[in-house]
Amino acid sequence: MIEFNPGLIMVLGGFLVPLVSGQARRALLLVLPIVGLAYTIMLDPGAAAATAFFGYSLEHLRVDKLSLVWGYIFHIAAFLVVLYAIHEDDPLQASMAQVYMGSAVAAVFAGDLITLFVFWEVTAISSVFLIWATGTERSFRTGMRYLIIQVGSGVLLLAGALLILADTGSIAFDHIGIESLGGKLIFISFGIKCAFPLLHNWLQDSYPEATVTGTVILSAFTTKLAVYALARGYAGTEILIYIGATMTAFPVFFAVIENNLRRVLAYSLNNQLGFMVVGIGIGSEMALNGTASHAFAHILYKALLFMSMGAVLFRAGTVNASELGGLYKSMPWTAGFCIIGAMSISAFPLFSGFVTKSMILTAAAEEHRWIIWGVLLMASAGVMEHSGIKIPYFAFFAHDSGRRVKEAPTNMLWAMGITATMCIGIGVYPEPLYAILPYPVDYQAYTMGHVITSLQLLVFAALAFVWLTTSGRYPAETPSINLDTDYFYRRLLPCLIRWLRGGWDEIDRQGRQFLLDIVVAVMHWTQKYHGIDGMMSRNHPAGTMVFWTLAMFLGFLLIYLGS
Amino acid sequence: MSGHMNAEHSDRPHWLDKPRNVKMLLRLLIGFGALLFIADAFYHKHAHFPVEEFFGFYAIFGFVAFVVIVLVGKKLRKILMRPEDYYYNGFTDD
Repeated sequence: MIEFNPGLIMVLGGFLVPLVSGQARRALLLVLPIVGLAYTIMLDPGAAAATAFFGYSLEHLRVDKLSLVWGYIFHIAAFLVVLYAIHEDDPLQASMAQVYMGSAVAAVFAGDLITLFVFWEVTAISSVFLIWATGTERSFRTGMRYLIIQVGSGVLLLAGALLILADTGSIAFDHIGIESLGGKLIFISFGIKCAFPLLHNWLQDSYPEATVTGTVILSAFTTKLAVYALARGYAGTEILIYIGATMTAFPVFFAVIENNLRRVLAYSLNNQLGFMVVGIGIGSEMALNGTASHAFAHILYKALLFMSMGAVLFRAGTVNASELGGLYKSMPWTAGFCIIGAMSISAFPLFSGFVTKSMILTAAAEEHRWIIWGVLLMASAGVMEHSGIKIPYFAFFAHDSGRRVKEAPTNMLWAMGITATMCIGIGVYPEPLYAILPYPVDYQAYTMGHVITSLQLLVFAALAFVWLTTSGRYPAETPSINLDTDYFYRRLLPCLIRWLRGGWDEIDRQGRQFLLDIVVAVMHWTQKYHGIDGMMSRNHPAGTMVFWTLAMFLGFLLIYLGS
Repeated sequence: MSGHMNAEHSDRPHWLDKPRNVKMLLRLLIGFGALLFIADAFYHKHAHFPVEEFFGFYAIFGFVAFVVIVLVGKKLRKILMRPEDYYYNGFTDD
């Protein structure tokens, strides 16, 4: 059998999507992930394929137990999100979604850094169409910010790969480590895509601006590809433990006060990535199993939550908590599926998060890292707050907004139903998931102690919510946004540039005025003596061109000095 | 899974519309919490840290952490909250 990267099925198939229409297109969209999954299941760990490229070996297929976990779940998620979006008639968005999902799979099976780089960038470029498909000026601008940051991550990856090539003569994508400069650059590149603290805000900025279905698709792939890449290249890197713990904690506070429920879920996504990053940092077999299984479970319940909020946006036209409430009356199925997603992410016994997240906490505890363990436990209470309670409560219950809408379209309900079933299936019967993990699993989720302590944490968190709301201490949902690090590049930087340009314009204007005065004086003198009407030169505002020329020169200088 | 639910159907008074039922749900939740709290007396915890052995540790931790998170978030609003059109005053398209 000729072996090739399974991601190519969706990437190449995606380009065929605009060529067909109607039922044929819908069939093609649904079949591609199934074919990809079937082919991935046939691949054995150890399978590999390489091509010679300018004297280097490009390993465009490398199959092992780690890549297979992501290979399986990416295909499953691809099928579910395509089903969720199948009612749409937007060939460009559907096509780019397939290319995006396929390139995420392809990146997971990349055995070298150059192949990884290529598909890393393809995920960036194809996915921006899911944001632009909203079709507003606002989504266009958001998409541009997203694209700059994502492509920037790829550029860092390429730079790091070239430095590593120069150092070691190899472009193999194995353990990298942060010791070398190249390793540091790639670490930052992965960190951007994984939404490390301070590098995170592209996530909360862009995902809520994508289309109803686009956000669901985006939520599954980009950041989990980064988690995979970190697990491959930086397992056991101590600093990841602290980065991950910070990631679990800080988004929790933003999620409490955020009004847009899809943005709440984006903060929540960021918080869940933190658990996975901690697992990578610890790097023990149990921790890495925890990260892989948590990524698997998380993709499903997070997609389910985004699907339910997408359905609300689709029917009610808004996902602002301040404008919603009481929707369980008109969208009971969606409400039920949302609650299943909420219980899964909160790690209730019998739901998927319970059997995966706890492996990471146990791994932290076994290494006696009590501060990290405490932060993760606090973050778990935070998850209960924003995803366990806030999302379903303010959308479907709370104060009845009086909105009476239709239940979600049938295809959306099926997608949510299957995803919800899988969330419960993993929680009730985790063995099949444990069987595909990178290392043998020596962990029992269902012990008396684990079930009771988890329920204590969650039920008392819920009681705290009851107390805070009934006593009027819970903050009201208000139409608002909250500042995050995007403030620096959306407000401060443009202001700074305007100020600098203003300053330069003034120098430029005065300099020109001085020269102009001389010319005018000469012309007056000429006119006075020769009596001919002279031309007056016009004053061209030079700001824009001069600024960009200067910026370009500065860029060249930086590249020159840096090379 | 029917995708068609008409407005009249969804406007019937629902079970949750009655305050009595909501109150009963809350009582059940409190009762369940009390049972869970007491349950700590009846099994052996495999504790990694001494603090876990404290009676009802997870229950107390869950309650306190939740309250702290919400109240800190509330304070954060004073610094971070801006009007919805903060980044977009000047154009509207949605």
